[in-house]
Amino acid sequence: MRYLLLIYDNEATVEHTPEMMGAYEAFTKEVQDAGVYIVGEPLQPTATTVRVRGGAAANTDGPFAETKEQLGGYYMLDCANLDQALGYAAKIPTAKTGSIEVRPIMEMG
Amino acid sequence: MTTDEPRAPIPNPASRLLDTVVREEWGQILAALIATFRDFELAEDALQDAIVTALDHWPRDGAPDNPAAWLTTVARRKAIDRLRRSQMDREKRALLPRDRTIDVDAAAILDEHGAIPDERLRLIFTCCHPALASEAQVALTLKSLAGLTTREIARAFLVSNATMAQRLVRAKRKIRDAGIPFEVPAPDRLGERIDDVLSVLYLIFNEGYLAAEGKDVVRAELCGEATRLARMLVELTPERAEPRGLLALMLLHDARREVRTGADGAIVTLEDQDRSRWDQAKIRTGVAVLDRALELRQPGPYQIQAAIAALHGEANTAAATDWAQIAALYGRLLQLQPTPVVALNRAAAVAMADGPRAGLALLADPDLAERLSDYHLYHSARADLLRRAGDGWAAAGAYKRALELTHNRGERLYLERRLAEVGGG
Repeated sequence: MRYLLLIYDNEATVEHTPEMMGAYEAFTKEVQDAGVYIVGEPLQPTATTVRVRGGAAANTDGPFAETKEQLGGYYMLDCANLDQALGYAAKIPTAKTGSIEVRPIMEMG
Repeated sequence: MTTDEPRAPIPNPASRLLDTVVREEWGQILAALIATFRDFELAEDALQDAIVTALDHWPRDGAPDNPAAWLTTVARRKAIDRLRRSQMDREKRALLPRDRTIDVDAAAILDEHGAIPDERLRLIFTCCHPALASEAQVALTLKSLAGLTTREIARAFLVSNATMAQRLVRAKRKIRDAGIPFEVPAPDRLGERIDDVLSVLYLIFNEGYLAAEGKDVVRAELCGEATRLARMLVELTPERAEPRGLLALMLLHDARREVRTGADGAIVTLEDQDRSRWDQAKIRTGVAVLDRALELRQPGPYQIQAAIAALHGEANTAAATDWAQIAALYGRLLQLQPTPVVALNRAAAVAMADGPRAGLALLADPDLAERLSDYHLYHSARADLLRRAGDGWAAAGAYKRALELTHNRGERLYLERRLAEVGGG
């Protein structure tokens, strides 16, 4: 099953230290070597929300909801089951400071 | 989708046998079906189909030699029928299934001796998976392993039938959609996952234990179900000590259940309970289970709590209680589980061992006082100690604060009585 691992952390306090970058490189290599890696990328700390209502698009600066933690990156992994996906989620470096949301991809017929 | 009518009353011996088999072997049959078909709803529906078939056949043709194996085999056939029908439906709509092919014909469920393989351990880990909400874990465990009907679980947890049915459907859907595995966790995770299972079983037990005695038999029966499940877990994980610790704890508490509320429903404290009415056989069994757990030399919080309960159970009078050892055990429990509630219990035990002032000193800890400021048992424990220390005025204030914080009738009756005693009523 494919799982999307969404990485949330507080943009205001997140630090892109060399240690952090190294930890992410090591994690990416681990999931690649395990053959579960599909894709994974960090996101810029900027968001624009689009809503179309009554035919008119309204764009607003910022994420759709104001929360303490923001989406900062993601991985998509192909895992045997939820336990395996949760196991990898716990190894994502940001799991120590922020939160990882694990969502199965809906496989269409 | 799931037919979940209360099982019919019993008209003759064959149906009575069916009722017993379903009651006792439900979990094992269902676990075997889930292991084969990897689908909770299909397994439940097929088992219900098999029960309906048995209701028809057994009274007419006589009961089979091995009723559980008969049900398992018929249920497996029913499941395959259901899969075929749904595949034909899909093909008719030109929607071929991507993920599930019907190759289960070769996979017979019964082993070479015609016995049902025991898959209950895998099932209990799935039902108590930490990705499920606690209330869903509890409901699913009672439904799948204990074989309770949705209606019974709804009554036991004081929610409507529809709410409970929806809770179960959502839980089963999450298992399927999120890919929660049907397997015994890897050795490095096994300990913590067993802890998850133990908390679910203890939650079920406490729900029954805290139900007012005699008021609601279904709720009180949860103690029996939890004990049955704990015994099952002990059998399935014989090399682990903590399941035995939990089973011992349940037996030792259950031995006192009848006596813990008075005729008027008020809580009767350990000190005032009629010890001649404690169930001595249950206490002996509990102590024996605990001894076996301790031999395994894997200390844990359930064994410590069971040891505390055993010390109470073995004291013939309240005065004979070994409070010094109980206080020491609470000290160890506090190291393993540094929670304010354990600290509160330890303070109460220390007060019994070294006098109320010693207990009050522990309760005065500012961090503890703040974290438990809205917990009625903190104030009632403090009130009891102040009363025993002869400070009636302060005790009255603490009893009043406890009364503000609880709605449980039995506890209120107790607190009001004490409040009147110290002249604050």
